[in-house]
Amino acid sequence: MGLKAVGRDPAASITRSPRPVDVLRSWLVAAVKYGSLAAIAFVTAIPLLWMLSTSLKETGKEFLFPPQWIPVPAVWSNYANVWGVIDNLALYTSNSFIVAGLATLGTVLSCSLVAFGFARMEFPGRGPLFIVLLASLMLPGIITLVPTYILFKNFGWIDTPLPLIVPYWFGGGAFGTAFYTFLIRQFMLQLPKELDEAAVVDGASFFRIYWMILMPLARPALAASAIFSFIQHWNEFLHPLIFIDTERWRTLALALRFFLAEFTECCARSPTPWNMLMAGSVLMLTPVLVIFFAAQRYFIRGIALSGLGGR
Amino acid sequence: MQASQVSSPARAAPRISRQRLKYYAQGYAFISPWIIGTALFTVYPVAYSAVLTFTKFDLLTPPEYIGAGNFDRMIGDSQFPTALINTAYYTFIAVPLQLFVALIMALFLNQQLRFINVFRTLFYLPTVTPTVASVIIFMYLYNPDFGFFNVALGWFGIPGVKWLGDPNWAKPALILLSLWYVGGQMVIFLAGLQSVPDALLEAASIDGAGTLRKFWHVTIPMITPTIFFNLVLGIIGSFQVFTVAFIATRGGPIDSTLFYVLWIYRHAFENLNMGYAAAIGWVLLVIILIFTLLQFAISQRWVYYEAEGS
Repeated sequence: MGLKAVGRDPAASITRSPRPVDVLRSWLVAAVKYGSLAAIAFVTAIPLLWMLSTSLKETGKEFLFPPQWIPVPAVWSNYANVWGVIDNLALYTSNSFIVAGLATLGTVLSCSLVAFGFARMEFPGRGPLFIVLLASLMLPGIITLVPTYILFKNFGWIDTPLPLIVPYWFGGGAFGTAFYTFLIRQFMLQLPKELDEAAVVDGASFFRIYWMILMPLARPALAASAIFSFIQHWNEFLHPLIFIDTERWRTLALALRFFLAEFTECCARSPTPWNMLMAGSVLMLTPVLVIFFAAQRYFIRGIALSGLGGR
Repeated sequence: MQASQVSSPARAAPRISRQRLKYYAQGYAFISPWIIGTALFTVYPVAYSAVLTFTKFDLLTPPEYIGAGNFDRMIGDSQFPTALINTAYYTFIAVPLQLFVALIMALFLNQQLRFINVFRTLFYLPTVTPTVASVIIFMYLYNPDFGFFNVALGWFGIPGVKWLGDPNWAKPALILLSLWYVGGQMVIFLAGLQSVPDALLEAASIDGAGTLRKFWHVTIPMITPTIFFNLVLGIIGSFQVFTVAFIATRGGPIDSTLFYVLWIYRHAFENLNMGYAAAIGWVLLVIILIFTLLQFAISQRWVYYEAEGS
């Protein structure tokens, strides 16, 4: 069910040297194919390129008309200055790392545990419970937001990082995150059942089988979940907005929006510093890009793994 | 569904062996985090919000039972139709366009070419961009005076518009923004396209079908489950559009981007009308449920599931 890497090789049938006309045609076809792909990639990239270009502009040059496409001079110091322009940016960055990191750890550990239960164990009610799990993916998150806020307020969790971390240690039971459990379960289903049976004969406990045998083998699915989860929590906006009131645990996503609001809401004190906003956006995007590029093969495969396309 | 190890003698016995029970218990132990999490963070909140629906509650004083008061208030609330119409406008225009763009991109990626993975990554890039950053970028692109969109329109001699500042253009501007990150739907389409059996396409070729005919009569029917999946989840998601409007327009200008969830947010977290927020939230839930069930009902007429052989 994985993505096909290569297909029918068009060159295999060619035995004699091809006619020049055919060579020309195949070149043309390739040029059109790559040309169209590159055109889409370019259009897709325009906003990001524009962000990069603006982040390097001298203050004031963001407002030029016609726009300066390539910043002259390129002010790299914007990236250093933004740490001073947005107060406490370092704190917000570390908050985001803590929240996204711990939520991701909880997701991978707890979802894999639950996935093992659904994929490798048998018990009455397993089928119906799994249907409940799938149905929870379609529950609109907004319906649980008001009561969970009240719940967290009663727990004394408002304005702490706990609401952004703890719910993700419950195997996908909160906020429609059962997707990760589903993804890991689908992967575990594909692993040969003989592995467990042999280990049972050897007297291993089920927890040992989960931890020592299935977890190492399920690494691709765990990696995909970890990447998805980190990016989800790093980018998350609504939950920090609601659960965090003060600056102590403000995340980067919130900080950027509060900085923006200083200029776009009423009584703006000065024109919007677009170069600083863009520099901040680039900084926020960087960890995501690093992870995405480093592990993109798991990323795309993860979706195929879940079998969503096949059914 | 139970294991076949429970063989004939156990079947005759009315009780399940202790060993079997112990085994089941371990199974439940593995899924217990999910059961506890679902009870605490999903089932309980849904039930609690159903109760809140009939109350007036400002977090400071205890909830006060007011019967159907919240629903009476909703009927008289002029923002209710505004929020509903804005959200429907957004959903029913954005989702079909998103699926169209995602499918086109997936079709381009579904070619056997060298370096196709590079393009796959590039096409997916906007989807991993934080929403806050995306909105900031597009606010700049939409700037009426020096933004990219009006500059680009100018190249073709088309006068610019005020985009996010114009009540007629704010929703289309947010829809256009949503088309920028359709990577999730694109990858799901791609997996769907790759599961179309080559044999079917080859058979169609032998019968003399051209590329377009193959696409319409083989590929599209074979990926209808994928289209359906993206459609259902796309509509559920778009009905809850919030962040882009919250950051870019705060619901304005003149309530033209006051989407339903933004409206709920204002009542719950700005005015602390928890009971009213729960009530209008439940109305949204029911609307989404109706649309989802309707889609499942209609899907039997157009979604083709290959019979699961062997």
